[in-house]
Amino acid sequence: MDTYGLMRQFADSWALLGLCLIFLGVLVWVWRPGARKAHDAAAASIFRNETRPAGAGRDVRERG
Amino acid sequence: MSDYVKLILLGLVTLLAAIAANYGRDAAYTVNMAIVMLCGAGLFIFYLRRTGEPRPAIDETAYQDGVIRAGVIATVFWGIVGFLVGVTIAAQLAWPALNFSDAAQGYLNFGKLRPLHTSAVIFAFGGNALIATSFYVVQRTCAARLWGGNAAWFVFWGYQLFIVLAATGYILGATQSKEYAEPEWYVDWWLTLVWVVYLVVYLGTILRRREPHIYVANWFYLSFIVTIALLHVINNLSVPVSLFGAKSVQVFAGVQDAMTQWWYGHNAVGFFLTAGFLGMMYYFIPKQAERPVYSYKLSIIHFWALIFLYIWAGPHHLHYTALPDWASTLGMVFSIMLWMPSWGGMINGLMTLSGAWDKLRTDPVLRMMVVAVGFYGMATFEGPMMSIKAVNSLSHYTDWTIGHVHSGALGWNGMITFGALYYLVPRLWGRAGLYSAQLVSWHFWLATIGLVLYASSMWVSGIMEGLMWREVDDQGFLVNAFADTVQAKYAMNVVRFLGGAAYLAGGVIMAWNLWATVTRQDRARPAAVTVPAE
Repeated sequence: MDTYGLMRQFADSWALLGLCLIFLGVLVWVWRPGARKAHDAAAASIFRNETRPAGAGRDVRERG
Repeated sequence: MSDYVKLILLGLVTLLAAIAANYGRDAAYTVNMAIVMLCGAGLFIFYLRRTGEPRPAIDETAYQDGVIRAGVIATVFWGIVGFLVGVTIAAQLAWPALNFSDAAQGYLNFGKLRPLHTSAVIFAFGGNALIATSFYVVQRTCAARLWGGNAAWFVFWGYQLFIVLAATGYILGATQSKEYAEPEWYVDWWLTLVWVVYLVVYLGTILRRREPHIYVANWFYLSFIVTIALLHVINNLSVPVSLFGAKSVQVFAGVQDAMTQWWYGHNAVGFFLTAGFLGMMYYFIPKQAERPVYSYKLSIIHFWALIFLYIWAGPHHLHYTALPDWASTLGMVFSIMLWMPSWGGMINGLMTLSGAWDKLRTDPVLRMMVVAVGFYGMATFEGPMMSIKAVNSLSHYTDWTIGHVHSGALGWNGMITFGALYYLVPRLWGRAGLYSAQLVSWHFWLATIGLVLYASSMWVSGIMEGLMWREVDDQGFLVNAFADTVQAKYAMNVVRFLGGAAYLAGGVIMAWNLWATVTRQDRARPAAVTVPAE
């Protein structure tokens, strides 16, 4: 088979299946048990370290 | 030591550019190389004067904000330039005499100024806004200084050089004739180099982060940087005709070239104008509203759904062309699917205000950001609708497309950028607040009303054009000539010009307000922030 045909066949079979599974996997991962705490922490992270990088003697979670 | 390497390199660049300008086969190439030569010589002198001088130590306990301040200034400057060129070409469409074809020898014709406008607003205004805000956001959310020292400054100045080379090239006739990818081969190579450095600075900062989690805004910014690199390189695969000329020949031809172009073109919309600006949305709206984003889960799903779907939507730009039917159907289906994650993102942005809706009454900056998200929602509904083949057969090639693009660009990209600029300037220059909230309100209403005039006149004009083009008489002959539609849409063109002028006026008010914020107010506090109470 020519290169185009091979790639085309791969694209609309295994690649399609793989990508769909990865996407579904992301959805499942987002709703994993215990994710809420991590997500809340991440969502609040923008309210820290406003004026200075975290570092020497400063807690990363300290409000800047 | 590194000073001498720099001097040798800059000297070589200057010399080679001078030689290239001398041998240049066309005006655009010669002028561009002369610009490179002048930049190289200027930098040579700049570094020569600093050679051997002690260098100020980098303060790793502070954020690198100088390059962001420069980016904010560049964003405002290019924004005004881009809007002004836009209003100019809108006037040219309404009153063709304004092309001044005889006096300007055709150099100021619509056809020359149009790519100048699109590149100025998308790449110069939007690009600078993206680079500046991404540097701001990545430092704050990683709690780390930008990686790579002055590499960020190279990104900033390298990008400005790209803009100047592209703009002068357009006027003098260098173009690949690819929409939104007009710059010729050497400008493309230069942008590739700048972009790779941008990616490295961004990734380097993320790698040295002090926060355990990479905040979602960074995901959007990073996908924007990576995807634009990929799109840019593949769509600009071309072979220069001569090393001393601007002209190049595309590697792809025919329908493959068209498909590559719109794979690029639509993902420039998807990753430059959407993903990058969503990065802004996910940082600046929660910050301005002082509440975390409505649903962090939804933001992750929003991200991955966009990534998985957007890349397939390009073929809807090529309905009813030589493109195979299955490809354009694929593009249409993915475009329609895109509606869902887009609205998920819109809901996420809007609902961040739940419990704080009262702030909209008092905070015009937040109002601007929220209207931006509203227009994001509107444009991402209109787009999928227009990608349906039956709708597209009416809308394609008409002003409806122009209206759609502008409700996305002026409404979503423009407004969220204005909001981010109003947020950034007081903080970056250490001022307590903006000079005038009332002027922000003026800007808000001028921009909104201008945009409504623009979009509605283009809907009317576009649908009218579409209907006139397809109208046939009882003998099966077309009723209207193309010139008939041009004449019929005169009134809509005037309204569009007025809408654009209002939007430009709003931009000028913003520029003045930001200028006054810095120059007419005293510093609220010293630059070195006091140590917080333990």
